[in-house]
Amino acid sequence: MQPANLLLFTLAFAAIAYWLGYTRSRTLAMPLGGIRHLKSLPFYYGARAALWCGIPALIILALWVGFQGKVIQTLVVGSLPQEMIPDSAGQASLLLSQISNVASGALPRNFAEPAIVEAADRLVQLREQSRLYMNLLVVAVAVLAGFLAWLRIHPRLNARVQVEIILKWVFFACAGLAILTTVGIIFSVAFETLRFFQQVSFIDFIFGSHWSPQTALRADQVASQGAFGMIPLFTGTLLISGIAMLVAVPVGLMSAIYLSEYANPKVRGVVKPLLEMLAGIPTVVYGFFAALTVAPFISDLAASFGIEASSQSALAAGAVMGIMIIPFVSSLSDDVINAVPQSLRDGSLALGATQSETMKKVVFPAALPGIMGGILLAVSRAIGETMIVVMAAGLAANLTANPLETVTTVTVQIVTLLTGDQEFDSAKTLAAFALGAMLFLVTLALNIIALHIVRKYREQYD
Amino acid sequence: MTEHLSQAEIVRKSLKKRYRKEKRFRAYGILAIMIALSALLILFTDIISKGYSGFMKTSLNLEVVLDGEVMYLDDPTDPRQIKMADFVEPLVQALMQEIPGVTDANREAVRKLINPYASAELRDVLKENPDWLNTTREMSFLAHSDVDVYSKHAGDKAYSIKLSPQQQEWVDMLKAKGVIETSFNDVFFKGGDSRDPAKAGIMGAVVGSLLTMFVTLVLSFPIGVAAAIYLEEFAPKNRLTDFIEVNINNLAAVPSIIFGLLGLAVFINLFGMPRSVPVVGGMVLTLMTLPTIIISSRAAIKSVPPSIREAAEGIGASKMQVVLHHVLPLAMPGMLTGSIIGMAQALGETAPLLLIGMVAFIVDVPGGFFDSATVLPVQVFLWAGSPELAFIERASAAIMVLLSFLIGMNALAIWLRKRLERRW
Repeated sequence: MQPANLLLFTLAFAAIAYWLGYTRSRTLAMPLGGIRHLKSLPFYYGARAALWCGIPALIILALWVGFQGKVIQTLVVGSLPQEMIPDSAGQASLLLSQISNVASGALPRNFAEPAIVEAADRLVQLREQSRLYMNLLVVAVAVLAGFLAWLRIHPRLNARVQVEIILKWVFFACAGLAILTTVGIIFSVAFETLRFFQQVSFIDFIFGSHWSPQTALRADQVASQGAFGMIPLFTGTLLISGIAMLVAVPVGLMSAIYLSEYANPKVRGVVKPLLEMLAGIPTVVYGFFAALTVAPFISDLAASFGIEASSQSALAAGAVMGIMIIPFVSSLSDDVINAVPQSLRDGSLALGATQSETMKKVVFPAALPGIMGGILLAVSRAIGETMIVVMAAGLAANLTANPLETVTTVTVQIVTLLTGDQEFDSAKTLAAFALGAMLFLVTLALNIIALHIVRKYREQYD
Repeated sequence: MTEHLSQAEIVRKSLKKRYRKEKRFRAYGILAIMIALSALLILFTDIISKGYSGFMKTSLNLEVVLDGEVMYLDDPTDPRQIKMADFVEPLVQALMQEIPGVTDANREAVRKLINPYASAELRDVLKENPDWLNTTREMSFLAHSDVDVYSKHAGDKAYSIKLSPQQQEWVDMLKAKGVIETSFNDVFFKGGDSRDPAKAGIMGAVVGSLLTMFVTLVLSFPIGVAAAIYLEEFAPKNRLTDFIEVNINNLAAVPSIIFGLLGLAVFINLFGMPRSVPVVGGMVLTLMTLPTIIISSRAAIKSVPPSIREAAEGIGASKMQVVLHHVLPLAMPGMLTGSIIGMAQALGETAPLLLIGMVAFIVDVPGGFFDSATVLPVQVFLWAGSPELAFIERASAAIMVLLSFLIGMNALAIWLRKRLERRW
């Protein structure tokens, strides 16, 4: 049985267990004089049986499906003759794909070495065994646990409390998934990053000013040495994010001020959702717009002034990214400005200050920490933005501050290194994870600082 | 006294300047809003003006003489013959019939007006109707994508570079004769991706998106709601719950590409799941949207007034019964709204899916959760990277489809909020 069918099967088992538990509790209650003599409602007896039946079986199923591939692989590789055991991960993946191709019939058997054919047979056999054992185990656990739960139904059994405790743990597990995700992120990038630093020195990575991740296939090739200095990527990211913030902060902030202090409710009701629409547009659409409309426009414009601009200029990507970030800055600033107590405004206006003077000299300074927090969040968003730069910024790692030239960013490099044909274990693929680790750390730091500032600020006026 | 007067004088004198400043400040605000809104307007008009023609196709209405001699075919039921037969020639001849004064020297130029897949279409037609052999039929075939682009943008130099002046003349003439016709592009909505822009469709990407979104919804909604219930109703105030909360808030701001790295390292490399399938895509997007759903669900739970809880507790309900029977139904509209918005985000997300390989060139419409698939935004990305103008047009059209999905989802969320949400 396929895992998906087994899943449905287990769910069907749980439903049957529910029905059996429900009816058994009712039959037990009958001679006592009705269900009011039961400790819990029949529903809870049924639910308890269903949970007993379903949860252990589903956990086993999930673990089995998750790990069977790896276990079978190790067993197959382990059964190979001594001289064929691969000594590097790259060879291992090549060998494994060869074996599985033979097993699936994609590669004719007489084309492969006998040892590979043998391993392929073993793979097929192991897969069948694994599926059989999985089916047996899951069904056995479901039936056994469901039967036990059914057997132990008793009028004095407090099924409700038990069901509630189980549910509470299920809820807790769902909330704990957030921790698991963070741990998953940290581990997935940390391991590969450590392996990367075994091949490339940390100092070269952080302070190197040359980025060209192309490593040669043969040792005697020209330019066989890949260079992994992240300075050009970092400056490129900063340049594009800087341009984005130059667009987003003034526009976002001024629109927030106008909407919160000047606009009448009707205008606000129309303009605010329209601004938020900018945040709802997928980034791939912005990337399309930047690459095919804004970038040619900028290079034409520059050419008409006699300046040469690249067709993948940092300015195009940055400006469009700025447009995307406007709603983040404006809605966060709007919240913060609205949180400034009205009494401060009234005091300032009563002293004869104009509205703009009140805004500039009283409300803005009071709101400044919160606004800074919002801007930091926007910066972290700009640094991590991927699609706009992948589509509109280039791949050339130039160390430049000229916004009309092509630069590349951390996220662009991660995408380029990890899409297409990957060489397993090469410094090139591992470099993507190292860049991911840097990106994660920088955005995490920015987020923590920003959230801290915003929370501090909220407490101040609460 | 005089000093007092002079101070009033100073104030009065500076008033004009201060009012000017006030006006300027206001103007800056209006200007900022104008910039933002005009960016929105330009974006939409740009995409619509580039993409509306993607909803049209150009076809050739030809009177094809299905001559067995020309095609080297005398039995269309014989698979061997069908394989060897020449289906291009009858099409070229039919088209040459329509162009007066064309000679055999122009044969190649004429052939380039016909879509490369047209001969395969003709083959399939003959396979299904073997008795059509040696008859003359009125049939419609797709034109070459260069003709498509040229005839949609007549008079625009940038769109005609691929056709020679002579070919352009022919196309103009054929258009006037009604042989070349533009109609609604049903191919775009029926097929999967193709190397030929005239044949390329979004159906594969739409189905891929729907499958991925289904996985995301099925996983993220229950998990998100359960997590929100735990954190809002049951969580004791301790270090662990604080840590969970900090984690959720941070995950909401982690760049989406990091989730792609997670999916690649954990789901694909560690668990050995297949690449570019909707299940893995849905799981990655689940992790990405969960924080959004949890945060909005918590807000919805918080907005249920305590009086309801107290009343339920007062008549003897357990904590779990209070939550499941009273709080959850009342908070459901808010949770649904938040989830729809989270799903809309996930629908437009591209970057993490690139890393787990949903960027492959896939022609078939995916049939299940474990079939290789691509999604709508990735399809836009793939087409936008193509140098062919016809693909750019398709990409804009696909963006319009994507945006209409998103607008529909957001409208649904707003409607739900207006319709179901209760103010206490």
